[in-house]
Amino acid sequence: MKKTIITVLGKDRVGIIAKVCVYLSQNNINILDIAQTIVDGYFNMMMVVDAGNASKDHNMIADELADLGKEIGVQIKAQQQEIFDMMHRL
Amino acid sequence: MISINEVIETNEMIQKMNLDVRTITMGISLLDCVGGTLQETCDRIYEKITSSAKNLVSTGEEISRKYGIPIVNKRISVTPIALVGGSVCKSSDDFVEIAKTLDAAATTCGVNFIGGYSALVCKGMTKADELLIRSIPKALAETNRVCSSINTGSTKTGINMDAVKLIGEIIVETAELTKEKDSIGCAKFVVFCNAPDDNPFMAGAFHGVTEADRIINVGVSGPGVVKAAIEAVRGENFEVLCETIKKTAFKITRVGQLVAKEASERLGVPFGIIDLSLAPTPAVGDSVGEILEEIGLEYAGAPGTTAALAMLNDQVKKGGVMASSYVGGLSGAFIPVSEDQRMIDAVTAGALTLEKLEAMTCVCSVGLDMIAIPGDTKATTISGIIADEMALGMVNQKTTAVRIIPVIGKGVGETVEFGGLLGYAPIMPVNKFSCDAFINRGGRIPAPIHSFKN
Repeated sequence: MKKTIITVLGKDRVGIIAKVCVYLSQNNINILDIAQTIVDGYFNMMMVVDAGNASKDHNMIADELADLGKEIGVQIKAQQQEIFDMMHRL
Repeated sequence: MISINEVIETNEMIQKMNLDVRTITMGISLLDCVGGTLQETCDRIYEKITSSAKNLVSTGEEISRKYGIPIVNKRISVTPIALVGGSVCKSSDDFVEIAKTLDAAATTCGVNFIGGYSALVCKGMTKADELLIRSIPKALAETNRVCSSINTGSTKTGINMDAVKLIGEIIVETAELTKEKDSIGCAKFVVFCNAPDDNPFMAGAFHGVTEADRIINVGVSGPGVVKAAIEAVRGENFEVLCETIKKTAFKITRVGQLVAKEASERLGVPFGIIDLSLAPTPAVGDSVGEILEEIGLEYAGAPGTTAALAMLNDQVKKGGVMASSYVGGLSGAFIPVSEDQRMIDAVTAGALTLEKLEAMTCVCSVGLDMIAIPGDTKATTISGIIADEMALGMVNQKTTAVRIIPVIGKGVGETVEFGGLLGYAPIMPVNKFSCDAFINRGGRIPAPIHSFKN
């Protein structure tokens, strides 16, 4: 299973998670885990998702999530999990 | 499962500390492109490069988006052209035709530089080598993306001083031919001792004759990440400092390894090496000079700089070799002046001189890099500077290089602007005393003895 990590960074406000979840659900992407924290006053959220059965490819999902982020004033990134595994796991 | 803090750390490295993969460089052998005529050879070269690398740029961009990591440059290196053109080039102008072909192929592929307009003359020059060297000024003036390099010495062969003398003249001529653009031709030319066959970084990349037909080499960078990491251990002892640098170098290199493996698979080209170099850019926070300051120096160039750099270079390698099984190329800290804002500042402040830079090159990759000197510097003086640097490499069994730019019409106190990744530089003073008689002797300096190491 290819896991994708979605990160959201920005000022906290109502409905950020809701917006992202609606998008994921519409595109048949399954959420495996969610974590969030506040760093330097900024809202940081990380979602681990399975986009294996998604209706779109990674690049399109990444672009659309970035656009969605712009709409609601936060930065949203979608990255394949391997980059984090490579960097932080032996 | 990856934790949110690990994800945040990686993304901060990318967004705030300028972590990037500096280059994916495809090495392409052109030895099978030699035809019966110059035209046929050029046609084959163009065809092989454009077919081999047609997906290089798009693949780089796809990988970049997949992992959210910038891959700044996509580049090509080719077999040293003196070897490819030897049988069909009867004049320097014939070699320039090949340079133009390389330029056109690079433009078609969308890469910003193509390296390998090169000759390997560490012991002697063939007629073709000499013709290619003499063609360099025109080749670099009439192309935009072609980079040239000459290997003039090695630990095993000694230094070819005839070539060193000729190259001093060639550098002055290259500067003259591109004087309208602040002698930028010289920024695309580098002279080596112990040149590696698999270096992915420009201007010195070429595809060595010991390499496979095609290969993917990746250069990683990340001075900003190292700087941020050691900020957190300010005042701690060297053990803590070294551990921190090693861990950071490991993380940076792992990203390079991931990108290299994926690029190799997607392009169907074998993976060669990761070059783990700290390669600065003119961007603030992407500077090796800044790391040296964070280690505890007021400016790069202050007493202690050579020791600090030796330590930094060694820790980067120690961390990096654990992260990839195939480490090669130059692998170390680069100390270009014009491409590093804090090195520029150190020169402007009077802390960093040409002589101190020379000492620093004894302990790091690669050499005197992107240094602007007065336009009226004599060719023999440039040859003398090159000879000194070659001697350091030869005796210390390491790669050394010189990329020096005599800026025509400018003198000490003035600044030269190259633009983009090449940055800008204050013109540095050069020792005024003559080495004419030394350079004019001709011949070669013998290889050093490999015993009695004292």
